[in-house]
Amino acid sequence: MSLDNTVLHIADVHKSFGGLHALSDIDLSVKEGTTHAIIGPNGAGKSTLLNVCIGRLIPDRGAVIFDGEELTGKSPHEINQAGVARVFQTPEIFTELNVLDNVIVPILSKRDGSYRFNPMKSLKQRRGAYDEAMHLIEDVGLNPKDMSGSLSRGDKRRLELAMCLSQHPRLLLLDEPTAGMSRHDTNSTIDLLKKIKERGMTKVVIEHDMHVVFSLADRISVLAEGRIIADGTPEEVKNSAVVQEAYLGG
Amino acid sequence: MLPKKITDSELSIVLIFSAVVLTMPIWLAPIGAGYPDLLQKFAIFGLFAIGYNILFGMTGYLSFGHAAFLGVGSYAAVWSFKLLTMNVLPAVVFGVLFSGLFAFLIGYVSLRRSGIYFSILTLAFAQMSYNLAYSVLTPITNGETGLQLTNHDPRIIDTMLLDQAPEGLPSTVLFGVKMSGYPGFYFCALILILGFFIALRISRSPFGLVLKGIKSNQTRMKFTGFNTRPYMITAFVISGMYAGLAGSLMAVTDPLAGAERMQWTASGEVVLMTILGGVGTLIGPVLGAGLIKYFENIFSAFNDKALHELFAFLPDGLENFVVTVVSPFVGEGWHLTLGVLFMIIIIFLPGGIIQGMEKINNRFFKRSSSAKSGSNES
Ligand SMILES: Nc1ncnc2c1ncn2[C@@H]1O[C@H](COP(=O)(O)OP(=O)(O)OP(=O)(O)O)[C@@H](O)[C@H]1O
Ligand SMILES: [Mg+2]
Repeated sequence: MSLDNTVLHIADVHKSFGGLHALSDIDLSVKEGTTHAIIGPNGAGKSTLLNVCIGRLIPDRGAVIFDGEELTGKSPHEINQAGVARVFQTPEIFTELNVLDNVIVPILSKRDGSYRFNPMKSLKQRRGAYDEAMHLIEDVGLNPKDMSGSLSRGDKRRLELAMCLSQHPRLLLLDEPTAGMSRHDTNSTIDLLKKIKERGMTKVVIEHDMHVVFSLADRISVLAEGRIIADGTPEEVKNSAVVQEAYLGG
Repeated sequence: MLPKKITDSELSIVLIFSAVVLTMPIWLAPIGAGYPDLLQKFAIFGLFAIGYNILFGMTGYLSFGHAAFLGVGSYAAVWSFKLLTMNVLPAVVFGVLFSGLFAFLIGYVSLRRSGIYFSILTLAFAQMSYNLAYSVLTPITNGETGLQLTNHDPRIIDTMLLDQAPEGLPSTVLFGVKMSGYPGFYFCALILILGFFIALRISRSPFGLVLKGIKSNQTRMKFTGFNTRPYMITAFVISGMYAGLAGSLMAVTDPLAGAERMQWTASGEVVLMTILGGVGTLIGPVLGAGLIKYFENIFSAFNDKALHELFAFLPDGLENFVVTVVSPFVGEGWHLTLGVLFMIIIIFLPGGIIQGMEKINNRFFKRSSSAKSGSNES
């Protein structure tokens, strides 16, 4: 770990799709235990940045360094095993499985690693996994027996959050975690995320809802057309003229 | 269908399954299926379908080449009879080992792709094996004649243990008991029960849950830290070994092996069995296998003469008409009946017979329907 507690360092990352520069000259450092928000208009490159972090996309240039280790070029499962989990913009859950199994699966990955052949073991013997899953499901306010495919969009998102939390990742990446949620559910999600923060989990949050951003963030980066146009504490960003003009719309 | 307490306990599921399988000679007799040849087929193809379902039902990968493993299992078993001994245990072990090895090679390559490309790769490999069995590999497969026992087979172990060679061709044995007729059926039935038990354990294990996760959302699995490829290869090899086991049992009950066992129609048949019974359910594939083999044996035995006898009670003109309409569906044409049945199932009951039974169960015993949400075992 580097001296100044930087847990995630995105260094000089470029990514283009054909002629479109989705990301240019991105430099970003996230300190251990903090919540770093990324805001910006639609198509600014926010999700692309997370895709580069988790190995879904390989940057054209630059590197992503997590805990002193380069992630670029590693496969998605290795990056997750290293301690990075992500909530996607469109929920990625196991729609054919019930809520309980959805949360058990990531717990198995955390315990057993990326491959384990145990076809004769009974799932029921894994009381620990079961209890932990039930606890988390209660935290996000879902019913373990429900089929996850028939949940509302907001509930799917909360399920995905529980799935990621069950792995106790060192770094949690959240792509619009409250989109599609009611005000009430949004607030309980904010509370949950604050609670995790107390446990020292580092988070990167992409969010359009400024209420959420200002409730959670220690630092904010503003992305527009693939570049970071401002970076600072919530106060600094709120008062920045560039940001007012480009994004907050005055 | 059954109270939740019973369906939850592995022991009671296996006991019920065993009771049903072992009493098949009794309860299948009234519908004309209570004879050993057919009962053996039920057990063997049930096993084939259970194993196939571990791949297709649990991971969603549709293989069109599983008959190749069936064939490899048969050849390995017959070679074991020829070279070593007529005892069936080594034959079965070799059948499973060789088909597992073969499945590893084919799976390793085919699983570089998913979806339709995976299916086509498995089909291509199986057809290659089929053609090789008729050409380059004839020293091993004996080409079109098929691999058979002969009087000059070395049978090293048997000749060491016995002083005088037996008269004529020997039969397959399990410690002195000949493996034809009912003993053959009971041997296959015991292996079917063992295979069912293993599949039940797999489906309730962490490994099984990972396979279901891959079927549901492979992307999520990767970003959740699972290396999905070795999981897929393992599932492919396991189901290949089940196919090899089924193939070796075919050789146990009738010691010869031919390449036609590897043809694509045989691969397609196991897909039909699984879908007909209910993909992803434990018992569905066994039901599907039984149903298809029953149709094959009963319906294909009908000929025009038998039909005329069956409809003799009708007035002559009508009798001829009915026989003309029905005859394309029986005898050689039983595949037509199978096709029609299959279409009806797919259109009205895409979840197979098991789904049909659940529907009936829910309609008539409504109160229990809420108890089993989320379970995909029946
Ligand atoms: N895989 C891809 N292939 C081609 N173009 C892509 C790909 N992913 C993103 N893009 C493009 O890159 C740009 C940035 O997309 P990105 O999804 O990162 O935006 P975003 O900031 O997350 O927007 P939103 O707020 O709408 O989610 C967009 O113009 C998008 O169309
Ligand atoms: Mg986005």
